[in-house]
Amino acid sequence: MTAAPSRLLLAAVLVASALAAQVTLLNRLSLPGATPDLVLLVVVALALALGPTFGLVTGFTAGLALDLVPPADHEIGRWALVLTVIGYLAGLAQAETRRSAFVPLAVVALAAAASVLLYAGLGALMADASVTWVAVSGLLPTAVAYDVVLSAFALPAVLAAVHRVGPESVA
Amino acid sequence: MNRDTRRTRLLLALLLVTSIGLITLDYRAESDGQRSPLDGLRSFAAAVFGPVEQVAAAIAGPVGDAVHSVSELGDGRGELARLRREKEELTRQLRTSALDRNRAAELDALLRLTGAGRYRVVPAQVIAVGAAQTFSWTVTVDAGTRDGVQPDMTVLNGDGLVGRVKTAGPTTATVLLAIDPNSSVGVRLEGSMEVGFTTGQGLEDLLDLQLLDGQSTVVRGDRLVTFGSQGDTPYVPGVPVGEVRGVRGTPGSQTRTASISPYVDFSALDLVGVVVQPPRKDPRDAVLPPRPRTTPLPTVTVTETVRPGAEQ
Repeated sequence: MTAAPSRLLLAAVLVASALAAQVTLLNRLSLPGATPDLVLLVVVALALALGPTFGLVTGFTAGLALDLVPPADHEIGRWALVLTVIGYLAGLAQAETRRSAFVPLAVVALAAAASVLLYAGLGALMADASVTWVAVSGLLPTAVAYDVVLSAFALPAVLAAVHRVGPESVA
Repeated sequence: MNRDTRRTRLLLALLLVTSIGLITLDYRAESDGQRSPLDGLRSFAAAVFGPVEQVAAAIAGPVGDAVHSVSELGDGRGELARLRREKEELTRQLRTSALDRNRAAELDALLRLTGAGRYRVVPAQVIAVGAAQTFSWTVTVDAGTRDGVQPDMTVLNGDGLVGRVKTAGPTTATVLLAIDPNSSVGVRLEGSMEVGFTTGQGLEDLLDLQLLDGQSTVVRGDRLVTFGSQGDTPYVPGVPVGEVRGVRGTPGSQTRTASISPYVDFSALDLVGVVVQPPRKDPRDAVLPPRPRTTPLPTVTVTETVRPGAEQ
């Protein structure tokens, strides 16, 4: 891990602001179905821009923050585990992003679905009574749709911030 | 740094193991009913992030309200007359701040309810909400242990029961809403001693009611108040919960179940009150609003008397 400190700082600032917007604004909109997941989008965007190592570390940190920030009321580590996996896998797609503009969108859609399924799966393992097929299937389509729409704004914004902070490092 | 190297995979494995370790620690304590060793971490986070959320909510609040009202407008397309009326109403509201008026109305309703039940409450504002993806229905309010809020206190608003305090930090507290699937509340039917309990269904407008007596008669429109827990924690008695929407199951089975429409609009929670002191006496049904009497439509009879010589 020899990341430029400026990038780590940028990631911290982005995750923190996404987290604040998530709990005080996005979650309160009470849209039908799922909630647009800005924290997930920031993790995916940073992973796509900076690779799997950066992705998984950002994912773990952002997930742990999601587990701790009130009103979180689940076992600490659930989001950390989910976002570590997603950050890593999204980072593996870094090289593919140059091929087509649709790659990032596909990654976002997959990440949104994976986050719901992985989080619910962990709940099912722990016999969480609120995780039911009805609840999960109600969340899946809206989670993917909201995140893909939101990513149209969030991804370019994060990428622009990354490029401003430092030139793209040589792969 | 950019490539998927052995070091990356090692780091991945390390962080995954850490996450699983944390989950296991927390889960085991929870299922054994003990205090989790990670509770310290949780309260530290509440102490640190609570004030940050208060600031963020102050900025985000008006934005969210605006978006919310726009999405509500979309419900009635093409109702020109209604929109015109609303336009007039909005121009009127522009003079005073709509937000302040809304808050004042909510505070008014809260005062009315707490006065009727003689509950002593600490008023608080909802500042953060949990994501639907977490399958748990919780909110953060901006009152904490410094304001006298403790875990397992009843939370209500001007319409009725909201939930109970799950954890309390110095300046904020996390509230488990009554609609959470893990939340169950002892209730009583208005005007009777029929008792049961409601469980959340993970939906904003539905509670499930189980009556303990299978013979009990329950019909659509029956109203529910909290029964009151032992020692008044976590639920104080007499708080309006909701109205019976439909009854399921046949009379004579072990228990009777019914669907309940809660009085509280859980999609637009704003001002709430945390009951810091329960009433000395069970208020029974006194907190419920007076039943809207069904006044029969007045029949208008028009009699026309023709006076001779009146015409022309």
